[in-house]
Amino acid sequence: MTMEKKRYERPVIQKLNSGLLNKFGSATEIKPLTEIDGVPVKRLVAEYGSPLFVFSERQIREKYAEVHKIFTTRYPKVKFGWSYKTNYLNAICNIFHQQGSWAEVVSGFEYEKALQNGVPGNKIIFNGPDKTAADLQKAMANNSLIHLDHMDEFYLLNELAAAGHKKPRVAIRVNMDTGVYPIWDRFGFNYENGQAWSAINKIMTSGNFTMVGLHCHIGTFMLAPSAYGIAADKLAALFVRIKNKFGHTLEYIDLGGGLPSPNNLKGAYLPGNDLVPPIEEFADTIANSLLNSDIAPNELPLLIMESGRLLIDEAGYLIGTVIANKRLSTGRRATILDFGVNSLFTSFWYNHKISPAQEVSNYKEDVELFGPLCMNIDVVRESVILPPLNTGDRVVAQNVGAYNVTQWMQFITMRPNVVLIDDQGKPHIIRRAESLDTLNQMEEMPAHLKTFKL
Amino acid sequence: MILKKSVAISETGFIFNPATGDSYTVNPIAAEILQLLKAAKSLAEIKQEILQQYDVDEKTLEEDLSDFSSHLQQLGLAEHEA
Ligand SMILES: Cc1ncc(COP(=O)(O)O)c(C=O)c1O
Repeated sequence: MTMEKKRYERPVIQKLNSGLLNKFGSATEIKPLTEIDGVPVKRLVAEYGSPLFVFSERQIREKYAEVHKIFTTRYPKVKFGWSYKTNYLNAICNIFHQQGSWAEVVSGFEYEKALQNGVPGNKIIFNGPDKTAADLQKAMANNSLIHLDHMDEFYLLNELAAAGHKKPRVAIRVNMDTGVYPIWDRFGFNYENGQAWSAINKIMTSGNFTMVGLHCHIGTFMLAPSAYGIAADKLAALFVRIKNKFGHTLEYIDLGGGLPSPNNLKGAYLPGNDLVPPIEEFADTIANSLLNSDIAPNELPLLIMESGRLLIDEAGYLIGTVIANKRLSTGRRATILDFGVNSLFTSFWYNHKISPAQEVSNYKEDVELFGPLCMNIDVVRESVILPPLNTGDRVVAQNVGAYNVTQWMQFITMRPNVVLIDDQGKPHIIRRAESLDTLNQMEEMPAHLKTFKL
Repeated sequence: MILKKSVAISETGFIFNPATGDSYTVNPIAAEILQLLKAAKSLAEIKQEILQQYDVDEKTLEEDLSDFSSHLQQLGLAEHEA
């Protein structure tokens, strides 16, 4: 009689009270994640390889609808501008555009991407300090919303506008003290020292611009709703001051992005889920500031939000494979994965949740997770409580939707496939894995270097 | 390698070392190995036993067993045969 053999797991022993309950070693972390939107991880890896980025279309749409509702039930006029730099894979952008998002871009190529995706020019918000004369000219011709970042840009656009006999639609980016430090005062014009008001006066009196809005982006992964309230108060005050002095009514106030996703920030002692205030609190504070401001009720501006991470982080997954297990000189366990900081760039600032992708025992151990790069900094998690993983086992890193498929590095390994699982549970490749050909395509070989003898 | 005599193993996978007061948890397969060690089986015998029961190749198991036994020694729970 042949007997079905039991699933093997490495034998492990661990001292009690040695970090089992520290940091984020919650029991939920070891629940295996065997499928994404009904598609088995095993099947995804068999078809598309490992590592593999996976996005859930259903989750993106649901999250967008949820956040959109939170804002529109509190304030009458709201638009979202999809932050291209957060994730500019065209398929992802188009999901947001189908949901009704405008585009928010910070470079000439992102601007061009938005146009090519079919976003009308007048629904593209052009942010950032680095817009070339050609970028500005194009944005002006398309009636895009140009957010001025500094005086040099003002003078350049002023000249282009005068020469082109076209009035660009502009806003200024304002930086300010919202009680959260450091202040991001590298970007835009300062509120407290009068720079912002002075720039507004120049714009309003030059005659070459149509001033349409005010913009700010007060920081990243903001945990204080009050900061958004202060920002909205200050922009509303400028709105009223412009109305009073020039009799001009702005169309919108844009409060940027920065709303947190439920990720685990490094150095924080609580997991993201316990740390991050509900989004309702942010929306409440913002809506109250605008509704209670001195802006006349019939002139309330459109509220634009440029949320990135909040809307996409949770819909992104990175599947990987255990390459090897090691014991470090200190006796600690280390596991080497086939993705590192090259693919999962955000592991520099987040402790991403990592789950095994197959059934596991209840036993758990404290391990350090490394990537495959030949460098000391290639740490995916300094400490994570996981069941013993065998070589060849799969893991799934979660909440990886924001900033990874834009900031990933082609270093030592190639950028992997990216798959989108549609509303019906059908996977589609939305970006093919890079190959040696991808790299070589970019290179040129001078004739004298073509051959050698060894 | 032999397990120190005083080391206590509970049914539920708790290990207690009265010499130091430290306690440990183990996963089921480690508990099984410890029971076999307690029953004075050699590592070679244990290897055969596990190979029969579990879906694992010999090379992987050998590596894991050697790592596990050196960890036991590091923790002061086992020692080389005299
Ligand atoms: C101007 C601007 N808007 C929006 C965003 C998106 O931010 P987040 O992903 O934190 O919402 C950023 C990101 O840095 C930004 O600089």
